[in-house]
Amino acid sequence: MYRNLADAIRDAEARGVPLSTVALEAESKDQGRSIEDIRTVLGRALAVMREAVARGLVGDLYSASGLVGGDAAKMRNGPPGPLAGTAFRDVLARALAVQEVNAAMGVIVAAPTAGGAGVLPAVLTGLAESRGIDDEGVISALATAGLIGAVVAERASLSGAEGGCQAETGAAAGMAAGAATEMLGGSPRQVGHAIALAQQGTLGLVCDPLGGLVELPCVFRNATGAAIALAAIEMALAGVEFAIPADEVIDTMGEIGESMDVRYRETAGGGLAATPTGRRLAKERLYELKRKH
Amino acid sequence: MYIAAMVSLLDIIGPVMVGPSSSHTAGACRLGLLARGLVGGTPQSATIELHGSFARTGEGHGTDKAIAGGLMGFRPDDERLRDALDIMEREGLNYVFEKTTLGDDAHPNTVRITLEREGRRSQMVGASLGPGRVRVTEIDGYPVDVSGNLHTIVLVAGDQKGSIARIAGLLADADLNIATLKLSRKERGGDAFMVIEVDERPDESVRDVIRALPWVKWAFRLEKVSA
Repeated sequence: MYRNLADAIRDAEARGVPLSTVALEAESKDQGRSIEDIRTVLGRALAVMREAVARGLVGDLYSASGLVGGDAAKMRNGPPGPLAGTAFRDVLARALAVQEVNAAMGVIVAAPTAGGAGVLPAVLTGLAESRGIDDEGVISALATAGLIGAVVAERASLSGAEGGCQAETGAAAGMAAGAATEMLGGSPRQVGHAIALAQQGTLGLVCDPLGGLVELPCVFRNATGAAIALAAIEMALAGVEFAIPADEVIDTMGEIGESMDVRYRETAGGGLAATPTGRRLAKERLYELKRKH
Repeated sequence: MYIAAMVSLLDIIGPVMVGPSSSHTAGACRLGLLARGLVGGTPQSATIELHGSFARTGEGHGTDKAIAGGLMGFRPDDERLRDALDIMEREGLNYVFEKTTLGDDAHPNTVRITLEREGRRSQMVGASLGPGRVRVTEIDGYPVDVSGNLHTIVLVAGDQKGSIARIAGLLADADLNIATLKLSRKERGGDAFMVIEVDERPDESVRDVIRALPWVKWAFRLEKVSA
């Protein structure tokens, strides 16, 4: 797989093909699998993503601790805000939905991780539905998302324990932004800018889950991560360019992650987890969990 | 220019798994699946000692359910994981969870599983390294390095010259391609612990042929547990 996006973008631009084409070719060569076979696996992932979105929107799922649940349905059925009826609100609902399913031990696609699993399906399935993109288009976009994630894994990290939430929902936002920009007709160059724009908006984001559980703020970080991805897509498709190349923004994320205090890397030692309310809720809910056992 | 690297696009878009955590749920389930192989099936009893973050946040992540499910043969995307503790009780299986400290050197997500099935007892120490990857570091006191990314055969052989050649020959006869082979022993002249990773799924008969060798004390086949 490519180790940097600049090479992938240059190869794709030179041949006049989307990034997904060069990504699938590289994967096929690396793994000795046919492109058709890889697309089939991605198609199954897409089906699971759609099921998770649908399941979460029902609104009857709650996490083991009871800290999260029911908010996706509020975004679907609750009172209107300024974005009522837009793809934006729909994407937010979908991101909450998938992450609520995850917190309730439902089936999701870890893309790139379980903690950041809401962003990509929300953005891709939401925009595909509102813009009438067929499954083949979404599957290609998933390949592009995989390329972006592979580059992030290579250059930085995809683990909150290593790099904070910027490496999970942040990376997911970069993947979703780049993938959707291609899906909606953006050039490989625009895809690069979408990735940089999304990832720069999440730099420094810490991983501070209450009680160390993938619940709060994770569920909401997926929704705000999706919002950042949408902002990046809108800007990139409008022709906005970000002066620092995507590879260097990703490197920056890695560098910030390495210097991030351990309190902010999934240990529940800092951030929201260490607030008075965060500590109290974690203690109460974990106590409840033990009683149930 | 494209350079081959280890990261696969399908590792990023996947695996399909039961939430909430790739390390604490999916990885935990994989460790259970690997441990199960050491007794050749679902253990009737098991003591599961959780260390570090597994001990601290395991309950909230369903780590206990995931390991119990793995021991019963459920894979990381099996929705029965959610109810694994109830299923375990219904099946009359005796799995006990304890919190422990395995030392500062142990990875934060480490578990020690002592399990028993039909009179065979085994012990495995393994860790969940994050994004679903696992590593078994110890089997029955032998230091090992098993990832579960391939099909694995583990065996204990008496100190015997030519043992590796003999086993390699048997695997070749069975049309199995050896990916890696590692040997460890506790002391010179002592039993050797062999970990062999093969590309294809070995048939049970292969294990039986290996078991029939007079100097092989026991042999088991571990499932490939990666996505």
